[in-house]
Amino acid sequence: MPLAATAAVALMVLPLAGLLVRVPWSTLATELATSEAQEALRLSVVCSLGALAVAVVLGVPLAWVLARVAFPGRSLLRALVTLPMVLPPVVGGVGLLAIFGRRGLLGARLGSLPGFPLPFTIQGVVLAQAFVAMPFLVVATEAGLRQLDRRYEDAAATLGARPWHRFRTVTLPLIGPSLVAGAALSWARALGEFGATITFAGSLPGRTRTLPTAIYAGLQSRPEAAVALSVVLLAVSLTVLVVLRGRWLGAGGP
Amino acid sequence: MTLTADVGLRLGSLELDVAMRTPPDEVVAVVGPNGSGKSTLLRALAGLVRLDRGRVVLNDVVLDDVAAGAHVEPEQRPVSVMFQDTLLFPHLSALDNVAYGIRARGTGRTDARRRADTWLERVGLDGTHRDSRPAALSGGQAQRVALARALATEPALLLLDEPLSAVDVSAKAPLRRVLREQLAGSPAVRVLVTHDPVDAMALADRLVVIEQGRVSQEGPIAEVTTRPRSAWVAQLAGLNLFRGRAEGRHLVLGDGSQLTVATAVRGPAFALVHPRAVTVHRSRPEGSARNAWPGEATGLHLEGDRVRVQVHGTPCIVAELTPAGAADLRLAEGGPVWVSVKATEIDVYPD
Amino acid sequence: MRRTVAALLAATLATACSAGASTPSGPRITVLAAASLTEAFEDLGRGAAVTFSFAGSQQLVAQVGAGAPVDVVATADPDAMDRLARAGLVNTPRTFAANRLTIAVRSGNPERIQGLADLARDGLKVVLADPAVPAGRYARQVLERAGVRVRPVSLELDVKAVARKVAAGEADAGIVYTTDVAAGSAVAIPDASNVVATFPVAVVRASTDRAAAEAFVDRLLGQPGRAALSARGFLLP
Repeated sequence: MPLAATAAVALMVLPLAGLLVRVPWSTLATELATSEAQEALRLSVVCSLGALAVAVVLGVPLAWVLARVAFPGRSLLRALVTLPMVLPPVVGGVGLLAIFGRRGLLGARLGSLPGFPLPFTIQGVVLAQAFVAMPFLVVATEAGLRQLDRRYEDAAATLGARPWHRFRTVTLPLIGPSLVAGAALSWARALGEFGATITFAGSLPGRTRTLPTAIYAGLQSRPEAAVALSVVLLAVSLTVLVVLRGRWLGAGGP
Repeated sequence: MTLTADVGLRLGSLELDVAMRTPPDEVVAVVGPNGSGKSTLLRALAGLVRLDRGRVVLNDVVLDDVAAGAHVEPEQRPVSVMFQDTLLFPHLSALDNVAYGIRARGTGRTDARRRADTWLERVGLDGTHRDSRPAALSGGQAQRVALARALATEPALLLLDEPLSAVDVSAKAPLRRVLREQLAGSPAVRVLVTHDPVDAMALADRLVVIEQGRVSQEGPIAEVTTRPRSAWVAQLAGLNLFRGRAEGRHLVLGDGSQLTVATAVRGPAFALVHPRAVTVHRSRPEGSARNAWPGEATGLHLEGDRVRVQVHGTPCIVAELTPAGAADLRLAEGGPVWVSVKATEIDVYPD
Repeated sequence: MRRTVAALLAATLATACSAGASTPSGPRITVLAAASLTEAFEDLGRGAAVTFSFAGSQQLVAQVGAGAPVDVVATADPDAMDRLARAGLVNTPRTFAANRLTIAVRSGNPERIQGLADLARDGLKVVLADPAVPAGRYARQVLERAGVRVRPVSLELDVKAVARKVAAGEADAGIVYTTDVAAGSAVAIPDASNVVATFPVAVVRASTDRAAAEAFVDRLLGQPGRAALSARGFLLP
């Protein structure tokens, strides 16, 4: 067992360590200060937060329906909404184009509305990121709702709280830890999103080229810049996960 | 202030069919064995479970009327519930828990908290705990907060579900006193559910006994306990109850055995025997007792200064002895015994 | 619509996997090649003991530089190949094909694009390859020569992605190699502005089967290679 565990750690940690070895520490600050790097960073932060907002606004009601409303096909729907977690993101991008692309099923009809067509726009990036990130939020929130003792909501009702009021004042605070965990995972996923974004929204510096795309582009021309950006992505993701584990995922053990 | 309820509903294997009416100024305790439907009845009165049939009217206001398609949602009812295991909101302080219902009904934050504070004082919660989360409160303190929360909305119907069950023995007596005071001081229709006869007797004026979803007996406490109509009520009162068919001075029980009684009754009847009237012997008794039969001493518990012995025979019966008597008979070892009951000690009344 | 999706999926999967021609026996060699060579090399490799891996030229260079166990490398970028040669990682490179750029337009040319100048039109969605890859660098040169300023909506990371976005109708036009598009979906760029992209090939020094690697390069430069390349629209040196 310990041997296999060591192998597992090696498999997962060594590539990250390898990345650190390649980091141009002396020029790291300069690499990150270039306008390309700054643009990619800014864009990634803006888009991933946007995607998180979409995921929360749409994902929480979806989680609620999945947890609380019994209807035929619920298991199927549950499987479908988690599919983006296992689907190659590029395939997701192709699917998004088929629906929201300029000639997509919906995209072709919505094309004249403000903000459309979506490909090659920042809102397209947000949509692509939300597509891959939302399942994390939905799964965590639904689990939280299922574990919640519904009698607390009953208690709120007998105290005169209407449905929306009790959802806001009782349900949400009580599923808070699950919601925060789901939101953090889904944000981290959005931040690291590459395949669906580049397929659906393209890659224009300052407009749709997020960190992961900039890293990939950088690998072709300036590997040092790519490594520097990778380190930023790694540091941010690691921080989120460490904080999460400590505070909300309640990982057992000392 | 009256509640008239006729509640019919099916929930899993439970079929509830209960009609009850609370007379003004009486605290009603709904009692019954586990799974009899007591808590479900309470939830139905609160509007948390929909009726399949029936009608609930509180002070001339219709809360439920299935035939007329009327159902008032829980949040619209003038009803408060003190839940079993309190269900205090874990993310709110004691004070905010009590203020919750006041605020939900439209009162501003400051005003609501001031009123909540008064309620906490009334139920005797130490002021240092008003800002504590429920997890930091003791069982008794949490129950006080739950009581204050239920009272704070000034309901027309106050429902209490096992208000004392989650409290350890030492905290029970003071909490019972607080409950009695607050129940007495409340203008609401007050209904409590409990499985504990002591709580029922301490807090209520009237009992409604529910068994298997139906009312098996109802009335003032003294009447119900002296004239039990089911084994469960008898046990609740610590009595032996037999059901059978009387023919003159004999009562033929369901298991075929017979009891000789002193009063002549005809038709279906109950026979009530106080455990103190049951004598236990190691061998077949001689003498005047008309009723004597063999059995097996199976259970022995000390209750106060008395020992209660379960004798497994035809029929089964509980006897009450002094500890010295139990020791003389070496009842702790179990084994075969004889029991006898004088005919004059058997209280017979029609079913 | 459905065809577009199918084409996109197929294209995506084709770039994601490395395509291999199959013969069951004999030693296999591995050839790294620029994405734009995909079809021509697959034609040539049919029936031979060769495994191909296609990617952007810069990536090929990075892979060879990192010591990937390959035998032959063919890029769309002489500069990249020179860097490998200077580092002593490959034998002397030889040019085996050339390509020109063209304007890819949507099927039927609904935007009526006549030439490079039209790409500057307002509201036209133009995609180019990123200047980090050869096709992007050449496209930039072409536009500079013609004196046209284009504001692309995306800088794709390989030239195939440019062709794909235009074919799918998401973009109106793009600049790609002539070999990347069918004649009906292309608008020619006049020779005066156009550039000639040359494709060098070289045997990797670390190859474990030098003879087979040399044989592949000879085949590429010989009749079979010339036939496969010209059938796919490449110019020959």
